Amino acid sequence: MADPRPPAVALEGIAKKFGPVVALRDVSLTVAEGEFACFLGPSGCGKTTLLRIVAGLERQNAGVVRLAGRDVSRLPPGERSYGIVFQSYALFPNLTVARNVAYGLEARRAARARVAARVDELLDLVHLRAHRDRYPAQLSGGEQQRVALARALAPSPTLLLLDEPLSARDARVRVALRHEIKTLQRRLGLTTIMVTHDQEEALTMADRIVVMHDGAVEQIGTPQEIYDAPSSLFVARFVGHMNFLPATSLGPGESRVADLRLRHRPVAPDAGGAVTLAIRPEDVVLGPAAREAANRGPARVAALQFLGGYTRVTLELAGVPGRPIDCDVAAGALPEAGVKEGGEVVAALPPDRLRAYPGAPPAR
Amino acid sequence: MSRRGRSGASAAIPDAVVGLRTDAEQWLRWALLALYAGFLYAFVLAPMVQVAWRSLLDGEGGFVALANYLRYFRTPAIAASITNSLVVSSAAMVVTVVLAFVYAYALTRVRLPGRGAFRLLAMLPIFAPSLVQGIAFVYVFGNNGVFTRLTGVNIGVYGAKGIVMAEVFYCFPHAMLILVAALSAADARLYDAAATLGASRLRTFRTVTLPSVRYGVMSACFVVFTLVITDFGIPKVIGGKYSVMATEIYNQVIGQQNFTMGATVSVVLLVPALLAFLVDRLVQRRQYALVTSAARPLVPGGGGAARWALLVYCTAVAAAVVGIYAVIVTSSLVARWPYDFSPTLRHYTFDTIGGYTPLLNSVEVAALTAVAGTLITFGGAYLVERCRSPFNGALYMLSILPVSIPGMVLGLAYIFTFNAPDSPLNRLYGTLAILVVSNVVHYFTVPFLTATTALKQMDPEFESVGASMGVRFYRTVWRVTVPIALPAIVGIGMYFFLNAMVTLSAVVFLVAPGTELAAVAVLLLDDAGETAQATAMSVLIILIGLGVRTAHAVALRGVTRRTQAWRTGPSGPPARG
Repeated sequence: MADPRPPAVALEGIAKKFGPVVALRDVSLTVAEGEFACFLGPSGCGKTTLLRIVAGLERQNAGVVRLAGRDVSRLPPGERSYGIVFQSYALFPNLTVARNVAYGLEARRAARARVAARVDELLDLVHLRAHRDRYPAQLSGGEQQRVALARALAPSPTLLLLDEPLSARDARVRVALRHEIKTLQRRLGLTTIMVTHDQEEALTMADRIVVMHDGAVEQIGTPQEIYDAPSSLFVARFVGHMNFLPATSLGPGESRVADLRLRHRPVAPDAGGAVTLAIRPEDVVLGPAAREAANRGPARVAALQFLGGYTRVTLELAGVPGRPIDCDVAAGALPEAGVKEGGEVVAALPPDRLRAYPGAPPAR
Repeated sequence: MSRRGRSGASAAIPDAVVGLRTDAEQWLRWALLALYAGFLYAFVLAPMVQVAWRSLLDGEGGFVALANYLRYFRTPAIAASITNSLVVSSAAMVVTVVLAFVYAYALTRVRLPGRGAFRLLAMLPIFAPSLVQGIAFVYVFGNNGVFTRLTGVNIGVYGAKGIVMAEVFYCFPHAMLILVAALSAADARLYDAAATLGASRLRTFRTVTLPSVRYGVMSACFVVFTLVITDFGIPKVIGGKYSVMATEIYNQVIGQQNFTMGATVSVVLLVPALLAFLVDRLVQRRQYALVTSAARPLVPGGGGAARWALLVYCTAVAAAVVGIYAVIVTSSLVARWPYDFSPTLRHYTFDTIGGYTPLLNSVEVAALTAVAGTLITFGGAYLVERCRSPFNGALYMLSILPVSIPGMVLGLAYIFTFNAPDSPLNRLYGTLAILVVSNVVHYFTVPFLTATTALKQMDPEFESVGASMGVRFYRTVWRVTVPIALPAIVGIGMYFFLNAMVTLSAVVFLVAPGTELAAVAVLLLDDAGETAQATAMSVLIILIGLGVRTAHAVALRGVTRRTQAWRTGPSGPPARG
């Protein structure tokens, strides 16, 4: 990319430890202007610490933070020009909605009329103008979050930081809020970093996902890339639902699972060792379509789980006991596949969908 | 966005963090922390070191190592004060906690009529100096007490018996408050489970109630033990020849001008108080999460026959407390208790001590203590809790240490520290200011912990939000932290005021001509045989305390309605992850 402008956020070799515990080891990444990036990972992977280092609320042991090309590593939080929404929202309970939103503006000694105008503008943006004189405790969880957003956006930051903003909500509210945040971010074209442990949230909202594990970056990519081509066993397990089969490598593109020889996407390291094959439930082929396909084998239907739009079929591959694999079949395709609980079927694992990773599969 | 590669994970990470540029705000934070540390050093640490040091010197200032301690332990008359202190403190502890437990149980677990009134009446002793209880018992059971005269039976109130009886009343509200809190935090589900399993009432009490309140009971025990062993007023007026450590310090310092022996006894007195404090901290640490958020509050039951027994019991206890104060009020209003009951107000002229100066001084000192104490404890708690520095652990320990320093010891330490010609702070000596400081330090710990708790309950990200928008931290404190913590802050001020009105031990060594205090006046008047004036002064102290407390309750209701409107909402604050 021949973009003359520096990236909105550039992290170079960030390392952080709390006492002897290493929280981040040499993390480097960039976020382009206007991009919605997600730091995704399980709790304790360092994603929140990384966000707080960007914000200047936590201080790194090594590394440089650049915002729009400017080295802000030693600047206090208030001089970094970002807005932040915390997991708890941290709305000031003793101030009204309008006063909360005005909080960052009043400190800048802006004229009262201009503050009021800006507050109204933001409350319109989040559709809360009618609630301007209410206290946070009088709002629903979703409304509280929109106030927190408006407060963060009021001083016109160039970067928006979101720390697990949706994790405390119930599922239905969460989906609505996801959409709302994403729409707002698009409309404002605001560079945004969101921290989340919810892979579904990351997949639906982010332009780019930074998968983190154990203080380091595992993979960076678009949601599609992360989902389709997880670069490591960890990412494969963490993002989306994935079946794993322990296998023995017979060559770069072929492995053996029990009596089955399976072709798959090539795995770079040595042949002959233990590998793990991985395939998504929706990629497993069942019934008539599988009879002529490569990588097929007989299987027994161990369980059926009706999930609305599709049915999750749990299969025991012949010769691979104790390692059932799930297979998602669209509701309409179920009769055709001839699947019955306890019945026999033919299953195929398409070679271009089957990935291999070095090492044994993760414990179930 | 692109990934820039990931070098070896084992790359050495420096220990130091990349420091933020130090701005004016950070300098201010450090300056305030240094100021707070300086306060704790000058008024807590240095004086205590002084006391310990002086106990190792002889009267002329020569170093004698442990000679003073050996003399203390080898002089039977003085050494007896140790066992005496332990005996009365243990006895008063057991009696008070048992009595208060039954009372608190009745208030929380049984649907008793007039629970609010019972609770209020039992609180009365909080508003009076401890020695008032002693005076009342002398009035009733003393050689010329009404009981003694009416029945001809002299129970021998002067000595251990009288001290324990008076201390029980003095400590009762403190124990009751702790036990009410412990008994209120009950999980009804456990009782339902016990009932469905067919447990008898006694078994339920033994297997559910007692285990759930055991930390509260322990805490009450420690508090009462510490209160008694450090109390000076009651043994002074009713102890007679029965010497306890607190009175021994007084005798050595005031009676014999033997400051080194005073220091020696002080250091020894520190030991049990410090031990009680340490064990209590350990116990408290395990207390958390006994009642989870899923618990269902227990609704007081009918109680059946037990209810009537408890009603009789509570009435008896409340009547005894009221009786004590009736004796005090009456004796101050009659010509000569118990010989001449003709009403008079002449005891209220305080002719022997120069009128109302001590009382006005007390009010002034109490008000200043409330203001300064609230400012310092809340500010200190904020700095320790929210401003990162390598010294916060030490500052926290120093902040909670004062609770284990007996008032007498603190007073003596202040004499050593501030009545020295080479002390930079010796101008404080003999002023109201030193009384304010000693009160603030003497009662420091509870408000400090209250403030810390209030701050801990607050979202730690409030400051982060402010910081992210470039709002100065003191602005966020003023706009958000203080308003949210206002009920706790007002409570802290009240605590300081009430205690400063009634305390004796911390100030008895520090009053000077012109800075007499009401509680000290009670002691001196009683000593001088002007007991009616002593009780009159006590009545005024109590009335002021009650008046301020009532005004506070009324004002708080008004203030709450205006500034705390946000507390009432249809939904609670957001759940934290």
